Amino acid sequence: MSQVAEAPSSGSSDSDAPADASTYDGLALRQLEKDFGAFRAVRSLDLDVPRGSFFALLGPSGCGKTTTLRMVAGLESPTSGTITLAGQDITYAKPYQRPVNTVFQSYALFPHLDIYENVAFGLRRRKKGDVDAQVREMLDLVELGSQVRKKPVQLSGGQQQRVALARALINRPEVLLLDEPLGALDLKLRRSMQIELKRIQDEVGLTFIHVTHDQEEAMTMADTVAVMNAGLIEQMGAPAELYENPRSTFVANFLGQSNLIDGTIKSRAADVVTVDMHGIDVSVRADRTHTQGDKGWIGIRPEKVLIGEEGESLDAPGNTVPGGVVTDVSFVGVSTQYLVRMPWGQELQVFSQNTGRHRLFEEGERVELSWRPEYAFLLDASQDASAGAQKIDSDG
Amino acid sequence: MASSAAVAPLAVMDPDTGRRRGWTGYILLLPAAIWLGVFFVIPFYSLVATSLFDPSGSDAKGYDMTYHFANYWHALQDYWQPLVRSLVYAGIATLFCLVLGYVLAYAIAFKAGRWKNLMLVLVIAPFFTSFLVRTLAWKLILGDNGFIVNSLQAVHILGPDGRLLATPVAVIAGLTYNFLPFMVLPLFASIDKIDHRLIEAASDLYANPITGFRKVTWPLSLPGVVSGTLLTFIPAAGDYINAQLLGSPNQRMVGSVIQSLFTDANNYPIAGALSMILMLLIVAMVLFYVRRAGTEELL
Repeated sequence: MSQVAEAPSSGSSDSDAPADASTYDGLALRQLEKDFGAFRAVRSLDLDVPRGSFFALLGPSGCGKTTTLRMVAGLESPTSGTITLAGQDITYAKPYQRPVNTVFQSYALFPHLDIYENVAFGLRRRKKGDVDAQVREMLDLVELGSQVRKKPVQLSGGQQQRVALARALINRPEVLLLDEPLGALDLKLRRSMQIELKRIQDEVGLTFIHVTHDQEEAMTMADTVAVMNAGLIEQMGAPAELYENPRSTFVANFLGQSNLIDGTIKSRAADVVTVDMHGIDVSVRADRTHTQGDKGWIGIRPEKVLIGEEGESLDAPGNTVPGGVVTDVSFVGVSTQYLVRMPWGQELQVFSQNTGRHRLFEEGERVELSWRPEYAFLLDASQDASAGAQKIDSDG
Repeated sequence: MASSAAVAPLAVMDPDTGRRRGWTGYILLLPAAIWLGVFFVIPFYSLVATSLFDPSGSDAKGYDMTYHFANYWHALQDYWQPLVRSLVYAGIATLFCLVLGYVLAYAIAFKAGRWKNLMLVLVIAPFFTSFLVRTLAWKLILGDNGFIVNSLQAVHILGPDGRLLATPVAVIAGLTYNFLPFMVLPLFASIDKIDHRLIEAASDLYANPITGFRKVTWPLSLPGVVSGTLLTFIPAAGDYINAQLLGSPNQRMVGSVIQSLFTDANNYPIAGALSMILMLLIVAMVLFYVRRAGTEELL
């Protein structure tokens, strides 16, 4: 969305340096580290979150995203590094002294106070006038205007979540931190809360930092997503950019699914790289090549792979791989998911839209796969091809 | 699941299931009802009756039931001083227990980490010796030639022949010491249950540590405060060992008076009336207190 949002992440030594933290109007983390005993939860993190953006910090549990969030909130103090907000160093400011509010994963609503007093808590602490009007306006915004005198236990999970949001939002913080606030909700409620949150963010225009392990949630809601793994930011950018052009096997697998096929690089031209993939030459655009070595993982998203009869010339002027055998077919209505065993023994995933233009293939049929070269990407061979993959089915 | 499966055949056997279930409830209540009947209702009835006996009777002659309500008046007239003293000493001791106990319970619940269980054992460790022995130990600690008195004399807080024994200080100290565990345990149970994330949330919402304590920790620990103060105040108000061993006749508490009326003076009616007055006073104060604390639903 914004240029600043695409500032380099840690670990990568890109040319454009991070903005000068002291003049930057958003939130800037510099060389932030956090150790718990011998365990390094967050390592040398550089991050710029532009003012007014909806920023998602995405990663599996234990990747350091919540620790990062807690350091921004002031609930954890960094081992080293700095946090600046609108040019002010808040690295060691007390949580109650920084203009940052958090929506906690467990909501952490005060059980002895009613909804009204929960929402008014922050205003009362700062001795703001006009508490009543603001609380009512905020409760109307989250559509709980009729529940003001109820205690938190009397509300449903979704309502509690909205109270937690109202309680934080009412303070108009410079940055609102959301720590997996939708994790406890069921799928349907989660979808509607995602839309709600996005709407509220548009309305109030505050900076939101959303921590989640749900890649779909991150992609639907955020304008910038930072994928975090083992205390490092693997890649950062707009959701579509991350999805289409992942830089590491972790990102390729954690955001959606990917087929990763090993190949040997034959030649590098200015704009295209040719790779020998088990005897077949395939090409990958140079700007989608993220390895310097002579071997690499050729990545292709399952929905980008076309499946056709053997010998059929497919509508894909690009890389064609013959000799596949269908080993599994799952019909899911809108699409059909195939597993195709390739001549070199690997099974590739293919998602085919049920547009009606093609017939369905059956198990055991011989097929031909192909994809347009501009959809493929090439990743470093030294990375684990299954990194980040295990989380795909287990979110929620 | 297992229990509902076990109940189901019973319900099938008897068409009038509601009735059946009703009986089960009463049968389960029976042991407790018998226990209360034998150890509370009968003695209570006997105490009420005793307090209304004709005071001219004696243990040897026997007593006549004359509904002699004047016993209450006489008891108040003669013994209002130890009665008030008891409530005041118990109140002060409860306050000390609350302050000391809260700090201790808070530290055990939030700061003790893996030492939590050991510290709880230490809190109840004094119960391994008898109440009497512990109080006698305090007699030595506060004794005229003990370390504490000598130190206080050295820094001129106490005069050269000042003493602690036979003063209210000693009695209240004894009460505080003896009833502290009754305060700490309910407080600990309450504070330990407080979700630490609530305190973080308060601090995230601009509450400094003191405000956070006042607005979150303290109100959430109120059930412990109420039950702890009741568990301390009620027995402390009726206690007579501390006053007897650590105090002088000037620090006599009402428990001590009742005990001597029963055992030494054999004045059963006045002793009974005084017991009833103490009990009614405590019940009234507790009701008032619980209402004021607004924690009926939390108890």
